[in-house]
Amino acid sequence: MIAQALLLARWKQTLVAAIGVTFSITMFITLLSFMTGLNKLLDGLVLNRTPHVRLYNEIKPSKKQPINEIPSFKNSYNFIESIKASSSRQQIYNSGAIMQAIRKDKRVVGFAPKIITQVFFNEGMVDIAAAVNGIDAKAENELFHFNEYITEGNAMDLKNIANSIILGKALADKLLVSIGDVVQVTSTEGDRFSLKVVGFFESGLQEFDKTQSFASINTTQKILGEPNSYVTDIQIKLNNMGQAPEVAREYATLFQCEAEDIQTANAQFETGNFIRTLISYSVGITLLIVAGFGIYNILNMMIYEKMDSIAILKATGFSGWDVNKIFLLIALTIGFFGGFAGLIFGFLLSSAIGQIPFNTSALPTIKTYPINYDPAFYVIGVSFSLITTYLAGLFPARKASKIDPVLIIRGK
Amino acid sequence: MSEIILEARHIRKKFQDPVTIEVLNDINFSINKGDFVSITGKSGCGKSTLLYILSTMDTSYEGEVLIEQDSTANKKEKQLARIRNEKIGFVFQFHYLLNEFTVLKNVMLPGLKLNNYSQSEVEHRAMERLKMLGIEALATKKANKLSGGEKQRVAIARALINDPKIIMGDEPTGNLDKKNSEIVFDIFKQLAEEYRQTLLIVTHDQGFAQKTQRIIEMEDGKIIH
Repeated sequence: MIAQALLLARWKQTLVAAIGVTFSITMFITLLSFMTGLNKLLDGLVLNRTPHVRLYNEIKPSKKQPINEIPSFKNSYNFIESIKASSSRQQIYNSGAIMQAIRKDKRVVGFAPKIITQVFFNEGMVDIAAAVNGIDAKAENELFHFNEYITEGNAMDLKNIANSIILGKALADKLLVSIGDVVQVTSTEGDRFSLKVVGFFESGLQEFDKTQSFASINTTQKILGEPNSYVTDIQIKLNNMGQAPEVAREYATLFQCEAEDIQTANAQFETGNFIRTLISYSVGITLLIVAGFGIYNILNMMIYEKMDSIAILKATGFSGWDVNKIFLLIALTIGFFGGFAGLIFGFLLSSAIGQIPFNTSALPTIKTYPINYDPAFYVIGVSFSLITTYLAGLFPARKASKIDPVLIIRGK
Repeated sequence: MSEIILEARHIRKKFQDPVTIEVLNDINFSINKGDFVSITGKSGCGKSTLLYILSTMDTSYEGEVLIEQDSTANKKEKQLARIRNEKIGFVFQFHYLLNEFTVLKNVMLPGLKLNNYSQSEVEHRAMERLKMLGIEALATKKANKLSGGEKQRVAIARALINDPKIIMGDEPTGNLDKKNSEIVFDIFKQLAEEYRQTLLIVTHDQGFAQKTQRIIEMEDGKIIH
């Protein structure tokens, strides 16, 4: 009650203090929402499309060279020069069984088989080299948001229309084709195929779009002249991304193939994320500390102004702790209401930013600035505001509680 | 037959700034219930210092203060605050009303702190005391809108809210003109005579002191009369 009266008596100062907190919480929320929104977007650019674990076979020399198997040389160190890879297949051996095994693994959300191969697109006299990714459009959509990058056409047409292909927008521009046109491709073996263009995709990475195209797994197998079991990649999405390195190691030994985890493949994204989050937090906390000093100052001034009141309260039976409580309550009230207003303004400001058009050719599916409305920021924001205001109130409150009423009253 | 409300035993106090000065030297006296006592003496004789020691607000002294035969020595700050709240009413030279509150709230404040009565009862008691002092009309006014004499009367009402065993005054008329001084004195006299309220008033106003039942005169830290 006394705290309330003191707050109202100095309502201008109180308001300034509360606005300080409001401002810092607003900025904190906005900054974090925006930064993590961007983070998520950038993650989405690469990480969403990247499998957590990728199984593949690499063309490389065998680790077991024949000389090492000869009993007389087995225990010696053999130097071999100019090793060549021999008759390695890019195909994953026994892919059907592997997929069965992966499907049973509880850690796995899902997987998408894939064939990556190089082809030439024949455009008049010119051959343009590009990759064809043979994909299971349905699994790809579910796990890696493939359809988000399709700017024209429909990803499912790959499945529904035989001998169809989706081209990177940049590649399509080079080939001067539009949807419904037919493109000629030549496989590395020299076989020629006609494929119908059913869509374009834009990944946000121009170079990528220039050299990539997507077809169904069956179509790709046909281009390569390979059987139904031919798969070069298995992309796996896990429930918990953190388990990826562990799962990758396990699969590598279990299935006798290469397994790459997302952390190894995209280490720099993790670092970037971490730094951006760190910056947002430190700016937010700095703002709060500044607001905390504001509160500290205002409470200190209030104590000097209200010396007489504190003295009479103590004379008429309020103990030091009671006085302490009053000033802590003032600080926390400022913190609570300032922080609460900060949450509201932070929400409003971040949703306002979320309305600003943000068109960039690199990110075709993004129309406005990305904002992450994570409730955790709001919880953190309010706790920070309460903690800082409590700390800011602690010292002035203690000072007030130690005021000697005799000195004040006799001093008059 | 009369019970002792307040007793001072061998009170000594020294200031050590910069040389040791003995402000109070072996003060002994007691006050009975219903006494209207004034402490007088020249400026600097230690009368106010003595009052603040008796009030439990000043705790750095030698000797013992007993309130209702209960020693205040070795009591914690919180317990002393409780004693002041419950048993002592204060009237100072300056009114020390909280400007943020109405007159009624100011009077109620120590009562709410004591928490022996509900809020509405405390309010009722506060109004009774304001009526007794003839200032009930001011109840809803803000404390800073009052004249000096009115403020001092509100301060007296505040001192009375918890039915204190003793009212201590430090120059309660020091800031008032003659007319208001008389009003305040009459209130004290009325309290002493009609309500058998114990009063201990420090004053240098000889005229005021002469009219009280008992005068304690001090000089150089000692009681001389």
